[in-house]
Amino acid sequence: MILHGFAHKLGDDINTDYIISGKYKFNTLDMKELARHIFEDIEPNFIDKIKPGDIIVAGRNFGCGSSREQAPLVIKNAGLSAVVASSFARIFYRNAINNGLPLVECDTSRIQDGDELEIDLENGVVRDLTGGFEMGINPLPPFMMKLLQDGGLVEHFKKYGGFSIG
Amino acid sequence: MSHKTLTEKIFESHINREPRIGEVVVVDVDFAMGQDGTSPLAIQKFYDMGGKKVLRPDRIALVIDHGAPSPTEGFANLHKLMRDFSYEQGIRLFDIGSGVCHQLIPESGFAGPYDIVVGADSHTCTYGAVGAFSTGIGSSELAAVMISGKLWFKIPPAIRVILSGKIPSGVYSKDIVLYLAKTLTADGATYKALEFDGDVIDQLSMDARFTVSNMAVEVGAKAGIFPVDEKTKVWLREHGRDNMCDLSIDPLANYESTVEIDVSKLEPQIALPHRVDNVMSISEIGDIPIQEGYIGTCTNGRLEDMEIATSILDGKKIHPRVRLIVACASKSIYLEAMKKGLIEKLVEAGATVIPPGCGPCVGTHAGVPSDGENVISTANRNFKGRMGNNKAFIYLSSPATVAASCLTGKITDPRRFL
Repeated sequence: MILHGFAHKLGDDINTDYIISGKYKFNTLDMKELARHIFEDIEPNFIDKIKPGDIIVAGRNFGCGSSREQAPLVIKNAGLSAVVASSFARIFYRNAINNGLPLVECDTSRIQDGDELEIDLENGVVRDLTGGFEMGINPLPPFMMKLLQDGGLVEHFKKYGGFSIG
Repeated sequence: MSHKTLTEKIFESHINREPRIGEVVVVDVDFAMGQDGTSPLAIQKFYDMGGKKVLRPDRIALVIDHGAPSPTEGFANLHKLMRDFSYEQGIRLFDIGSGVCHQLIPESGFAGPYDIVVGADSHTCTYGAVGAFSTGIGSSELAAVMISGKLWFKIPPAIRVILSGKIPSGVYSKDIVLYLAKTLTADGATYKALEFDGDVIDQLSMDARFTVSNMAVEVGAKAGIFPVDEKTKVWLREHGRDNMCDLSIDPLANYESTVEIDVSKLEPQIALPHRVDNVMSISEIGDIPIQEGYIGTCTNGRLEDMEIATSILDGKKIHPRVRLIVACASKSIYLEAMKKGLIEKLVEAGATVIPPGCGPCVGTHAGVPSDGENVISTANRNFKGRMGNNKAFIYLSSPATVAASCLTGKITDPRRFL
Protein backbone atom coordinates (compact mmCIF):
# COMPACT_ATOMS: atom_id res chain seq x y z
CA MET A 1 0.00 0.00 0.00
CA ILE A 2 1.43 3.37 -1.03
CA LEU A 3 -0.11 6.50 0.43
CA HIS A 4 0.24 9.85 -1.24
CA GLY A 5 -0.67 13.31 0.06
CA PHE A 6 0.45 16.70 1.27
CA ALA A 7 1.88 17.34 4.74
CA HIS A 8 0.06 19.36 7.39
CA LYS A 9 2.67 20.05 9.97
CA LEU A 10 1.86 20.27 13.68
CA GLY A 11 4.12 20.48 16.74
CA ASP A 12 5.06 18.25 19.67
CA ASP A 13 2.62 16.80 22.24
CA ILE A 14 -0.53 17.16 20.12
CA ASN A 15 -3.07 15.74 22.59
CA THR A 16 -6.37 14.06 21.80
CA ASP A 17 -8.29 17.07 23.18
CA TYR A 18 -6.69 19.08 20.34
CA ILE A 19 -7.60 16.43 17.77
CA ILE A 20 -11.25 16.53 18.88
CA SER A 21 -12.42 18.65 21.78
CA GLY A 22 -14.31 17.02 24.65
CA LYS A 23 -17.14 19.50 24.23
CA TYR A 24 -18.08 17.85 20.92
CA LYS A 25 -17.12 14.22 21.28
CA PHE A 26 -19.60 13.40 24.03
CA ASN A 27 -22.59 14.48 22.01
CA THR A 28 -22.63 12.11 19.08
CA LEU A 29 -21.24 8.98 17.48
CA ASP A 30 -21.42 10.66 14.05
CA MET A 31 -17.73 10.84 13.18
CA LYS A 32 -18.33 12.88 10.01
CA GLU A 33 -19.99 15.53 12.15
CA LEU A 34 -17.16 15.42 14.69
CA ALA A 35 -14.57 15.63 11.89
CA ARG A 36 -15.76 19.19 11.11
CA HIS A 37 -14.14 20.22 14.42
CA ILE A 38 -10.78 18.48 13.95
CA PHE A 39 -7.87 20.44 15.51
CA GLU A 40 -10.24 23.38 15.97
CA ASP A 41 -8.82 24.54 19.32
CA ILE A 42 -5.30 24.93 17.94
CA GLU A 43 -6.03 25.76 14.28
CA PRO A 44 -9.51 27.14 13.53
CA ASN A 45 -11.09 25.90 10.27
CA PHE A 46 -8.45 23.19 9.88
CA ILE A 47 -11.03 21.01 8.12
CA ASP A 48 -11.25 23.56 5.27
CA LYS A 49 -7.49 23.38 4.72
CA ILE A 50 -7.21 19.68 3.98
CA LYS A 51 -7.76 17.59 0.88
CA PRO A 52 -8.52 13.85 0.79
CA GLY A 53 -5.37 11.81 1.27
CA ASP A 54 -3.42 14.53 3.07
CA ILE A 55 -1.08 13.50 5.85
CA ILE A 56 -0.60 14.84 9.38
CA VAL A 57 3.06 15.35 10.22
CA ALA A 58 3.92 16.02 13.86
CA GLY A 59 6.72 15.96 16.38
CA ARG A 60 7.01 13.96 19.58
CA ASN A 61 4.24 12.32 21.61
CA PHE A 62 1.40 12.70 19.09
CA GLY A 63 -1.96 11.66 20.56
CA CYS A 64 -1.10 12.07 24.23
CA GLY A 65 -3.85 12.65 26.78
CA SER A 66 -7.24 11.03 26.83
CA SER A 67 -8.15 7.56 25.56
CA ARG A 68 -10.87 8.82 23.19
CA GLU A 69 -10.98 6.59 20.15
CA GLN A 70 -12.85 9.40 18.44
CA ALA A 71 -9.39 10.95 17.86
CA PRO A 72 -8.14 8.49 15.20
CA LEU A 73 -11.69 8.08 13.86
CA VAL A 74 -12.01 11.83 13.32
CA ILE A 75 -8.63 11.90 11.53
CA LYS A 76 -9.85 9.13 9.21
CA ASN A 77 -13.24 10.71 8.68
CA ALA A 78 -11.67 14.05 7.82
CA GLY A 79 -10.14 12.25 4.82
CA LEU A 80 -6.58 12.21 6.13
CA SER A 81 -4.66 9.09 5.12
CA ALA A 82 -1.98 8.72 7.81
CA VAL A 83 -0.13 10.36 10.67
CA VAL A 84 3.65 10.65 10.54
CA ALA A 85 5.28 11.62 13.85
CA SER A 86 8.57 11.35 15.69
CA SER A 87 6.75 9.38 18.42
CA PHE A 88 3.23 8.47 19.50
CA ALA A 89 1.49 8.18 22.87
CA ARG A 90 0.50 4.59 23.55
CA ILE A 91 -3.29 4.65 23.81
CA PHE A 92 -3.62 6.68 20.60
CA TYR A 93 -1.18 4.30 18.91
CA ARG A 94 -3.35 1.30 19.76
CA ASN A 95 -6.59 3.12 18.93
CA ALA A 96 -5.32 4.20 15.51
CA ILE A 97 -4.18 0.72 14.49
CA ASN A 98 -7.41 -0.75 15.90
CA ASN A 99 -9.26 1.47 13.42
CA GLY A 100 -6.98 0.88 10.47
CA LEU A 101 -5.38 4.33 10.51
CA PRO A 102 -1.74 3.97 9.42
CA LEU A 103 0.83 5.54 11.73
CA VAL A 104 4.40 6.12 10.70
CA GLU A 105 7.15 6.72 13.23
CA CYS A 106 10.24 8.51 11.92
CA ASP A 107 12.23 11.71 12.35
CA THR A 108 9.92 14.41 10.99
CA SER A 109 12.17 17.42 11.51
CA ARG A 110 13.09 17.82 7.82
CA ILE A 111 9.54 17.58 6.48
CA GLN A 112 8.04 21.03 5.80
CA ASP A 113 4.39 22.05 5.90
CA GLY A 114 2.87 21.47 2.46
CA ASP A 115 5.51 18.98 1.26
CA GLU A 116 4.25 16.26 -1.06
CA LEU A 117 4.76 12.90 0.64
CA GLU A 118 4.66 9.28 -0.38
CA ILE A 119 4.50 6.53 2.24
CA ASP A 120 5.39 2.98 1.30
CA LEU A 121 4.23 0.94 4.30
CA GLU A 122 5.33 -2.45 2.98
CA ASN A 123 8.89 -1.34 2.34
CA GLY A 124 9.02 1.02 5.33
CA VAL A 125 9.92 4.23 3.51
CA VAL A 126 8.67 7.82 3.63
CA ARG A 127 9.58 9.88 0.55
CA ASP A 128 9.45 13.67 0.67
CA LEU A 129 8.94 14.42 -3.02
CA THR A 130 9.15 18.19 -2.48
CA GLY A 131 12.27 18.03 -0.33
CA GLY A 132 13.81 15.29 -2.47
CA PHE A 133 14.76 12.90 0.34
CA GLU A 134 13.56 9.65 1.83
CA MET A 135 13.65 8.08 5.26
CA GLY A 136 13.27 4.62 6.74
CA ILE A 137 10.48 4.15 9.26
CA ASN A 138 10.35 2.22 12.53
CA PRO A 139 8.33 -0.89 11.67
CA LEU A 140 5.10 -1.73 13.51
CA PRO A 141 5.36 -4.67 15.91
CA PRO A 142 4.23 -7.81 13.99
CA PHE A 143 0.92 -8.20 15.82
CA MET A 144 -0.03 -4.57 15.20
CA MET A 145 0.88 -4.93 11.53
CA LYS A 146 -1.51 -7.88 11.40
CA LEU A 147 -4.27 -5.79 13.00
CA LEU A 148 -3.67 -2.98 10.51
CA GLN A 149 -3.67 -5.39 7.58
CA ASP A 150 -6.90 -6.93 8.84
CA GLY A 151 -8.39 -3.43 8.73
CA GLY A 152 -8.57 -2.90 12.49
CA LEU A 153 -9.75 -4.72 15.59
CA VAL A 154 -13.40 -5.10 14.53
CA GLU A 155 -12.37 -6.88 11.34
CA HIS A 156 -9.77 -8.92 13.25
CA PHE A 157 -12.44 -10.14 15.68
CA LYS A 158 -14.85 -10.90 12.86
CA LYS A 159 -12.14 -12.93 11.13
CA TYR A 160 -10.76 -14.85 14.13
CA GLY A 161 -13.49 -14.54 16.78
CA GLY A 162 -10.92 -13.19 19.23
CA PHE A 163 -7.27 -12.17 19.46
CA SER A 164 -5.07 -14.17 17.11
CA ILE A 165 -1.45 -13.60 18.00
CA GLY A 166 1.39 -15.15 16.03
CA MET B 1 13.78 -16.73 42.58
CA SER B 2 14.79 -14.06 40.15
CA HIS B 3 14.29 -10.37 40.73
CA LYS B 4 11.19 -8.82 39.21
CA THR B 5 9.51 -5.46 38.85
CA LEU B 6 5.97 -5.05 40.20
CA THR B 7 4.78 -5.12 36.60
CA GLU B 8 6.53 -8.44 35.91
CA LYS B 9 5.13 -9.94 39.13
CA ILE B 10 1.59 -8.96 38.17
CA PHE B 11 1.89 -10.33 34.62
CA GLU B 12 3.55 -13.49 35.92
CA SER B 13 0.48 -14.15 38.06
CA HIS B 14 -1.64 -14.06 34.89
CA ILE B 15 0.50 -16.03 32.43
CA ASN B 16 1.88 -18.51 35.01
CA ARG B 17 5.44 -18.28 33.75
CA GLU B 18 8.24 -15.74 33.78
CA PRO B 19 7.32 -12.80 31.61
CA ARG B 20 9.84 -11.11 29.32
CA ILE B 21 9.86 -7.34 29.04
CA GLY B 22 8.72 -6.35 25.56
CA GLU B 23 6.86 -9.57 24.76
CA VAL B 24 3.24 -9.46 23.64
CA VAL B 25 0.88 -11.52 25.78
CA VAL B 26 -2.87 -12.05 25.77
CA VAL B 27 -4.24 -12.19 29.32
CA ASP B 28 -7.55 -12.54 31.10
CA VAL B 29 -8.60 -9.11 32.29
CA ASP B 30 -9.83 -9.01 35.91
CA PHE B 31 -12.04 -5.97 35.44
CA ALA B 32 -12.92 -3.48 32.70
CA MET B 33 -14.67 -0.15 32.79
CA GLY B 34 -16.01 2.46 30.41
CA GLN B 35 -17.35 5.98 30.92
CA ASP B 36 -19.88 8.03 29.00
CA GLY B 37 -17.33 9.51 26.59
CA THR B 38 -16.10 6.08 25.51
CA SER B 39 -18.77 3.45 26.28
CA PRO B 40 -21.29 4.45 23.57
CA LEU B 41 -18.61 3.85 20.91
CA ALA B 42 -17.62 0.61 22.67
CA ILE B 43 -21.23 -0.59 22.51
CA GLN B 44 -21.34 0.22 18.79
CA LYS B 45 -18.03 -1.66 18.26
CA PHE B 46 -19.32 -4.59 20.36
CA TYR B 47 -22.14 -5.11 17.89
CA ASP B 48 -19.89 -4.40 14.86
CA MET B 49 -17.62 -7.21 16.06
CA GLY B 50 -20.56 -9.57 16.17
CA GLY B 51 -20.95 -9.41 19.96
CA LYS B 52 -24.20 -10.72 21.42
CA LYS B 53 -23.57 -11.41 25.10
CA VAL B 54 -20.94 -9.91 27.35
CA LEU B 55 -18.75 -12.87 28.39
CA ARG B 56 -18.31 -11.93 32.05
CA PRO B 57 -20.88 -9.27 32.99
CA ASP B 58 -19.64 -9.37 36.61
CA ARG B 59 -16.27 -8.05 35.41
CA ILE B 60 -17.56 -4.98 33.57
CA ALA B 61 -18.93 -1.65 34.80
CA LEU B 62 -20.11 1.40 32.89
CA VAL B 63 -20.04 4.83 34.54
CA ILE B 64 -21.99 7.96 33.63
CA ASP B 65 -19.71 10.66 35.00
CA HIS B 66 -18.38 12.96 32.27
CA GLY B 67 -21.65 14.74 31.62
CA ALA B 68 -23.85 13.85 34.57
CA PRO B 69 -26.71 14.76 34.66
CA SER B 70 -27.00 15.02 30.87
CA PRO B 71 -26.29 18.59 29.70
CA THR B 72 -27.50 18.15 26.09
CA GLU B 73 -29.82 16.09 23.94
CA GLY B 74 -26.86 14.31 22.35
CA PHE B 75 -25.44 13.35 25.72
CA ALA B 76 -28.86 12.19 26.93
CA ASN B 77 -29.27 9.82 24.00
CA LEU B 78 -25.83 8.30 24.52
CA HIS B 79 -26.57 7.89 28.24
CA LYS B 80 -29.75 6.02 27.32
CA LEU B 81 -27.71 3.71 25.07
CA MET B 82 -25.46 2.91 28.07
CA ARG B 83 -28.42 2.35 30.41
CA ASP B 84 -30.21 0.03 27.96
CA PHE B 85 -27.05 -1.95 27.18
CA SER B 86 -26.20 -2.37 30.87
CA TYR B 87 -29.72 -3.56 31.66
CA GLU B 88 -29.83 -6.00 28.74
CA GLN B 89 -26.37 -7.41 29.47
CA GLY B 90 -26.72 -7.50 33.24
CA ILE B 91 -23.66 -5.37 33.82
CA ARG B 92 -23.16 -2.84 36.58
CA LEU B 93 -24.10 0.74 35.68
CA PHE B 94 -23.09 3.65 37.88
CA ASP B 95 -25.62 6.28 36.89
CA ILE B 96 -25.58 10.04 37.47
CA GLY B 97 -24.62 11.15 40.93
CA SER B 98 -22.58 8.00 41.66
CA GLY B 99 -19.28 9.71 41.05
CA VAL B 100 -16.13 9.53 38.94
CA CYS B 101 -15.19 6.13 37.49
CA HIS B 102 -11.68 6.22 38.97
CA GLN B 103 -13.02 6.55 42.48
CA LEU B 104 -15.93 4.14 42.01
CA ILE B 105 -13.89 1.21 40.65
CA PRO B 106 -11.46 0.89 43.59
CA GLU B 107 -14.10 2.01 46.11
CA SER B 108 -16.35 -0.85 44.96
CA GLY B 109 -13.58 -3.40 45.38
CA PHE B 110 -13.16 -3.93 41.62
CA ALA B 111 -9.39 -3.31 41.69
CA GLY B 112 -6.79 -4.83 43.98
CA PRO B 113 -3.24 -6.19 44.20
CA TYR B 114 -2.10 -8.30 41.24
CA ASP B 115 -5.23 -7.44 39.26
CA ILE B 116 -5.01 -6.41 35.63
CA VAL B 117 -7.68 -3.78 35.11
CA VAL B 118 -8.41 -1.82 31.96
CA GLY B 119 -10.68 1.13 31.40
CA ALA B 120 -11.75 3.18 28.43
CA ASP B 121 -10.38 6.31 30.06
CA SER B 122 -6.74 7.31 30.15
CA HIS B 123 -6.69 7.87 33.93
CA THR B 124 -7.43 4.18 34.58
CA CYS B 125 -3.80 4.09 35.78
CA THR B 126 -5.24 5.42 39.10
CA TYR B 127 -5.70 1.90 40.52
CA GLY B 128 -1.96 1.38 40.62
CA ALA B 129 -2.39 2.91 44.09
CA VAL B 130 -3.85 -0.41 45.28
CA GLY B 131 -1.23 -2.58 43.58
CA ALA B 132 -3.09 -3.27 40.33
CA PHE B 133 -1.66 -3.05 36.84
CA SER B 134 -4.33 -0.79 35.42
CA THR B 135 -4.25 1.16 32.21
CA GLY B 136 -6.33 3.11 29.73
CA ILE B 137 -7.64 1.58 26.51
CA GLY B 138 -9.88 2.63 23.64
CA SER B 139 -13.49 1.80 22.93
CA SER B 140 -12.73 -1.02 20.44
CA GLU B 141 -10.56 -2.70 23.03
CA LEU B 142 -13.29 -2.40 25.67
CA ALA B 143 -15.63 -4.09 23.19
CA ALA B 144 -13.02 -6.83 22.65
CA VAL B 145 -12.77 -7.37 26.41
CA MET B 146 -16.56 -7.53 26.74
CA ILE B 147 -16.67 -10.23 24.05
CA SER B 148 -13.57 -12.27 24.90
CA GLY B 149 -12.62 -11.34 28.48
CA LYS B 150 -9.08 -10.83 27.20
CA LEU B 151 -6.71 -8.15 25.97
CA TRP B 152 -3.18 -8.09 24.59
CA PHE B 153 -0.37 -6.24 26.31
CA LYS B 154 3.25 -5.56 25.52
CA ILE B 155 4.91 -6.04 28.90
CA PRO B 156 6.49 -2.67 29.63
CA PRO B 157 9.85 -1.86 31.15
CA ALA B 158 9.60 -0.03 34.48
CA ILE B 159 11.05 3.12 35.95
CA ARG B 160 11.67 3.03 39.71
CA VAL B 161 10.60 6.34 41.24
CA ILE B 162 12.15 6.77 44.67
CA LEU B 163 10.40 9.43 46.73
CA SER B 164 12.41 10.28 49.83
CA GLY B 165 12.49 12.84 52.64
CA LYS B 166 9.82 14.36 54.88
CA ILE B 167 6.88 16.02 53.15
CA PRO B 168 6.84 19.67 54.31
CA SER B 169 3.69 21.28 55.70
CA GLY B 170 1.53 22.76 52.95
CA VAL B 171 2.94 20.33 50.37
CA TYR B 172 0.82 17.40 49.22
CA SER B 173 0.97 14.41 46.92
CA LYS B 174 -0.32 16.60 44.07
CA ASP B 175 2.73 18.83 44.43
CA ILE B 176 4.97 15.75 44.37
CA VAL B 177 3.39 14.36 41.22
CA LEU B 178 3.42 17.74 39.45
CA TYR B 179 7.13 17.96 40.25
CA LEU B 180 7.53 14.43 38.90
CA ALA B 181 5.78 15.52 35.66
CA LYS B 182 8.24 18.40 35.36
CA THR B 183 11.16 16.02 35.97
CA LEU B 184 10.08 13.29 33.54
CA THR B 185 8.25 15.56 31.00
CA ALA B 186 5.04 14.73 29.11
CA ASP B 187 6.51 11.77 27.24
CA GLY B 188 9.26 10.75 29.66
CA ALA B 189 7.67 7.41 30.49
CA THR B 190 5.89 6.53 27.24
CA TYR B 191 5.29 2.74 26.93
CA LYS B 192 6.73 2.29 30.46
CA ALA B 193 5.40 1.65 33.95
CA LEU B 194 6.22 3.85 36.93
CA GLU B 195 6.80 1.96 40.17
CA PHE B 196 6.93 3.99 43.38
CA ASP B 197 9.35 3.40 46.21
CA GLY B 198 10.91 5.31 49.10
CA ASP B 199 10.07 6.49 52.61
CA VAL B 200 7.55 9.07 51.38
CA ILE B 201 5.07 6.25 50.68
CA ASP B 202 4.55 5.73 54.42
CA GLN B 203 3.60 9.39 54.72
CA LEU B 204 0.97 9.16 51.98
CA SER B 205 -2.62 8.20 52.77
CA MET B 206 -4.42 6.03 50.24
CA ASP B 207 -6.25 9.13 48.98
CA ALA B 208 -2.86 10.77 48.39
CA ARG B 209 -1.53 7.69 46.55
CA PHE B 210 -4.50 7.67 44.18
CA THR B 211 -3.55 11.25 43.23
CA VAL B 212 -0.03 10.15 42.29
CA SER B 213 -1.03 7.04 40.32
CA ASN B 214 -3.76 9.04 38.58
CA MET B 215 -1.22 11.31 36.90
CA ALA B 216 1.13 8.55 35.66
CA VAL B 217 -0.39 8.91 32.18
CA GLU B 218 0.57 12.60 32.14
CA VAL B 219 4.17 11.49 31.63
CA GLY B 220 3.05 8.90 29.09
CA ALA B 221 3.22 5.94 31.49
CA LYS B 222 1.08 2.83 31.03
CA ALA B 223 0.77 2.37 34.77
CA GLY B 224 1.83 3.96 38.07
CA ILE B 225 2.05 1.22 40.67
CA PHE B 226 2.53 1.44 44.43
CA PRO B 227 3.70 -1.48 46.54
CA VAL B 228 1.08 -2.99 48.84
CA ASP B 229 1.59 -2.23 52.54
CA GLU B 230 -0.53 -2.41 55.69
CA LYS B 231 -2.27 0.86 54.80
CA THR B 232 -3.29 -0.58 51.43
CA LYS B 233 -4.64 -3.72 53.05
CA VAL B 234 -6.70 -1.80 55.62
CA TRP B 235 -8.17 0.37 52.86
CA LEU B 236 -8.96 -2.62 50.66
CA ARG B 237 -10.64 -4.47 53.53
CA GLU B 238 -12.80 -1.41 54.18
CA HIS B 239 -13.79 -1.56 50.52
CA GLY B 240 -14.80 -5.18 50.28
CA ARG B 241 -11.56 -6.92 49.32
CA ASP B 242 -9.90 -9.75 51.19
CA ASN B 243 -7.24 -12.43 50.39
CA MET B 244 -4.61 -9.83 49.60
CA CYS B 245 -1.01 -10.75 48.87
CA ASP B 246 2.08 -8.68 49.51
CA LEU B 247 3.53 -6.75 46.63
CA SER B 248 6.85 -5.08 47.26
CA ILE B 249 9.60 -3.43 45.27
CA ASP B 250 12.70 -5.53 44.59
CA PRO B 251 15.56 -3.03 44.19
CA LEU B 252 17.54 -5.67 42.30
CA ALA B 253 14.85 -6.04 39.64
CA ASN B 254 15.67 -5.02 36.11
CA TYR B 255 14.55 -1.38 36.26
CA GLU B 256 15.16 0.51 33.05
CA SER B 257 16.02 3.61 35.04
CA THR B 258 15.64 5.15 38.47
CA VAL B 259 14.39 8.62 39.31
CA GLU B 260 14.98 10.00 42.80
CA ILE B 261 13.08 12.92 44.24
CA ASP B 262 13.83 14.40 47.65
CA VAL B 263 10.60 16.07 48.74
CA SER B 264 12.04 17.73 51.86
CA LYS B 265 12.55 21.12 50.24
CA LEU B 266 9.63 20.94 47.82
CA GLU B 267 7.32 23.97 47.63
CA PRO B 268 3.71 23.92 46.42
CA GLN B 269 3.84 23.35 42.64
CA ILE B 270 1.77 24.85 39.82
CA ALA B 271 1.37 23.54 36.25
CA LEU B 272 1.00 26.57 33.99
CA PRO B 273 -1.02 26.68 30.75
CA HIS B 274 -1.19 24.73 28.50
CA ARG B 275 1.00 21.81 29.52
CA VAL B 276 0.95 19.49 32.52
CA ASP B 277 4.76 19.38 32.61
CA ASN B 278 5.07 23.19 32.51
CA VAL B 279 5.53 23.22 36.28
CA MET B 280 6.97 25.89 38.57
CA SER B 281 7.32 26.32 42.30
CA ILE B 282 4.82 28.76 43.73
CA SER B 283 7.53 31.25 44.77
CA GLU B 284 8.63 31.55 41.13
CA ILE B 285 5.38 32.52 39.45
CA GLY B 286 4.53 36.06 40.63
CA ASP B 287 1.01 37.53 40.75
CA ILE B 288 -1.52 35.64 38.66
CA PRO B 289 -5.17 36.66 39.18
CA ILE B 290 -7.78 33.90 39.00
CA GLN B 291 -11.51 34.04 38.34
CA GLU B 292 -12.48 30.40 38.87
CA GLY B 293 -11.33 27.64 41.20
CA TYR B 294 -12.21 23.96 40.90
CA ILE B 295 -11.72 21.32 43.60
CA GLY B 296 -12.64 17.79 42.54
CA THR B 297 -11.95 15.26 39.73
CA CYS B 298 -10.38 11.81 39.72
CA THR B 299 -7.14 13.45 40.82
CA ASN B 300 -8.26 15.38 43.90
CA GLY B 301 -11.93 14.87 44.70
CA ARG B 302 -11.46 12.55 47.67
CA LEU B 303 -12.31 13.04 51.33
CA GLU B 304 -8.80 14.11 52.34
CA ASP B 305 -8.90 16.76 49.59
CA MET B 306 -12.19 18.12 50.92
CA GLU B 307 -10.72 18.19 54.43
CA ILE B 308 -7.62 20.07 53.27
CA ALA B 309 -9.68 22.62 51.33
CA THR B 310 -12.10 23.10 54.23
CA SER B 311 -9.28 23.63 56.72
CA ILE B 312 -8.23 26.67 54.66
CA LEU B 313 -11.69 28.01 53.79
CA ASP B 314 -13.44 27.40 57.13
CA GLY B 315 -14.91 30.62 58.54
CA LYS B 316 -13.68 32.70 55.59
CA LYS B 317 -15.25 33.96 52.36
CA ILE B 318 -13.84 33.50 48.89
CA HIS B 319 -12.79 36.63 46.98
CA PRO B 320 -15.81 38.47 45.51
CA ARG B 321 -14.43 38.21 41.96
CA VAL B 322 -13.87 34.44 42.18
CA ARG B 323 -16.20 31.44 41.67
CA LEU B 324 -15.29 28.21 43.44
CA ILE B 325 -16.75 24.93 42.19
CA VAL B 326 -16.48 21.75 44.28
CA ALA B 327 -17.34 18.18 43.27
CA CYS B 328 -16.70 15.12 45.39
CA ALA B 329 -15.35 12.12 43.48
CA SER B 330 -18.15 9.81 44.64
CA LYS B 331 -21.47 9.71 46.41
CA SER B 332 -19.92 8.04 49.46
CA ILE B 333 -17.30 10.78 49.73
CA TYR B 334 -20.04 13.39 49.32
CA LEU B 335 -22.07 11.80 52.13
CA GLU B 336 -19.03 11.52 54.37
CA ALA B 337 -18.12 15.15 53.69
CA MET B 338 -21.69 16.13 54.63
CA LYS B 339 -21.59 14.14 57.86
CA LYS B 340 -18.31 15.77 58.80
CA GLY B 341 -19.76 19.24 58.13
CA LEU B 342 -17.26 19.93 55.35
CA ILE B 343 -19.89 20.65 52.67
CA GLU B 344 -21.64 23.17 54.92
CA LYS B 345 -18.39 24.99 55.59
CA LEU B 346 -17.42 25.02 51.92
CA VAL B 347 -20.82 26.38 50.89
CA GLU B 348 -20.69 29.03 53.62
CA ALA B 349 -17.27 30.07 52.33
CA GLY B 350 -18.86 30.66 48.92
CA ALA B 351 -18.31 27.36 47.09
CA THR B 352 -20.82 26.00 44.59
CA VAL B 353 -21.11 22.25 45.18
CA ILE B 354 -22.06 20.23 42.09
CA PRO B 355 -23.00 16.52 41.93
CA PRO B 356 -20.26 13.87 42.18
CA GLY B 357 -18.80 13.41 38.70
CA CYS B 358 -16.15 14.81 36.41
CA GLY B 359 -17.69 18.28 36.52
CA PRO B 360 -16.07 21.01 34.46
CA CYS B 361 -12.73 19.16 33.99
CA VAL B 362 -13.55 18.01 30.47
CA GLY B 363 -15.41 21.11 29.32
CA THR B 364 -18.82 19.62 28.86
CA HIS B 365 -20.81 21.47 31.52
CA ALA B 366 -20.90 22.97 35.02
CA GLY B 367 -18.21 25.63 34.96
CA VAL B 368 -16.95 26.54 31.49
CA PRO B 369 -14.67 29.59 31.91
CA SER B 370 -15.11 32.72 29.77
CA ASP B 371 -12.61 34.17 27.29
CA GLY B 372 -9.35 35.25 28.87
CA GLU B 373 -10.15 33.87 32.31
CA ASN B 374 -7.68 32.05 34.54
CA VAL B 375 -8.81 28.91 36.32
CA ILE B 376 -6.95 27.18 39.13
CA SER B 377 -7.97 23.54 39.30
CA THR B 378 -7.08 20.31 41.07
CA ALA B 379 -7.53 18.36 37.82
CA ASN B 380 -4.82 16.52 35.92
CA ARG B 381 -4.91 18.36 32.57
CA ASN B 382 -4.60 21.99 31.56
CA PHE B 383 -4.63 21.63 27.78
CA LYS B 384 -5.93 24.57 25.78
CA GLY B 385 -9.71 24.26 25.55
CA ARG B 386 -9.83 21.44 28.09
CA MET B 387 -12.54 23.11 30.18
CA GLY B 388 -14.57 24.02 27.10
CA ASN B 389 -13.07 27.38 26.12
CA ASN B 390 -9.82 27.57 24.18
CA LYS B 391 -9.41 31.23 25.19
CA ALA B 392 -9.16 30.40 28.91
CA PHE B 393 -6.04 29.50 30.89
CA ILE B 394 -5.88 26.56 33.29
CA TYR B 395 -3.43 26.25 36.18
CA LEU B 396 -3.14 22.98 38.12
CA SER B 397 -2.34 22.64 41.81
CA SER B 398 -3.21 20.91 45.08
CA PRO B 399 -6.61 21.50 46.72
CA ALA B 400 -4.84 23.62 49.36
CA THR B 401 -3.45 25.98 46.72
CA VAL B 402 -6.84 26.22 44.98
CA ALA B 403 -8.52 27.05 48.30
CA ALA B 404 -5.93 29.68 49.26
CA SER B 405 -6.09 31.22 45.77
CA CYS B 406 -9.88 31.49 45.92
CA LEU B 407 -9.58 33.50 49.14
CA THR B 408 -7.16 36.06 47.70
CA GLY B 409 -8.21 36.13 44.03
CA LYS B 410 -4.72 35.28 42.82
CA ILE B 411 -2.54 32.18 42.86
CA THR B 412 -1.50 31.97 46.49
CA ASP B 413 0.83 29.86 48.60
CA PRO B 414 -1.42 27.83 50.92
CA ARG B 415 1.21 27.94 53.66
CA ARG B 416 -0.02 31.50 54.36
CA PHE B 417 -3.21 29.99 55.79
CA LEU B 418 -1.83 27.03 57.72
